[in-house]
Amino acid sequence: MPRSVKKGPFVEKYLNKKIANAQKETNPNKRVITTYSRRSTIIPEMVGLTFAVHNGRKFLPVFITENMVGHKLGEFSPTRTFMGHSGDRKVGK
Amino acid sequence: MARIAGVDLPRNKRMEIALTYIYGLGRKAANVVLKHAGVSPDKKSDDLDENDVRKIRDAIEANYRVEGDLRRDVQMNIKRLMDLGAYRGTRHKRNLPVRGQRTHTNARTRKGPRRMAVKKMGAVKK
Repeated sequence: MPRSVKKGPFVEKYLNKKIANAQKETNPNKRVITTYSRRSTIIPEMVGLTFAVHNGRKFLPVFITENMVGHKLGEFSPTRTFMGHSGDRKVGK
Repeated sequence: MARIAGVDLPRNKRMEIALTYIYGLGRKAANVVLKHAGVSPDKKSDDLDENDVRKIRDAIEANYRVEGDLRRDVQMNIKRLMDLGAYRGTRHKRNLPVRGQRTHTNARTRKGPRRMAVKKMGAVKK
């Protein structure tokens, strides 16, 4: 079941502040917002900004485009590394 | 033999059922369409006259996306996820389940038939 529309999209409160600050800057593209909040929804105000989203190990840079609005930040910062199976060598050759 | 929305022409079925042969129309949607068109759901597809066919066609066009258009929509949605680099997109790319199901076992629908684990012998053969 989707989230109630009444509440609006979920964004961590401190993120709102950081976004406002980043937008005030003359060159918002350069500023990277570091965050652990993978669960925050991407809202239209974030478009054009770059986030460094934690994946459990390090922060991955995510540049927000218009299409990403409505997704969560965590969707763009994969948490698993899959290097392939040991027997898969055939595929490479 | 009616031809609606492309290539669909099931014979001698009740219209309610016949319309579900169209991609994008199920039982529910079929009944809505028939109600709009003013055709009885119990009418057989062989008994349709030109007028009925036209009305059904119009009703579908006005209310639903079916067949090629719908298929394209679905593909576009998937492609969007893949281009975005979202988690769901990468799952689509790798043909693995998208909605968090387990892959340790099962997930055969997405992964396809079981592949045997390659033993040492395989490496020697090359």
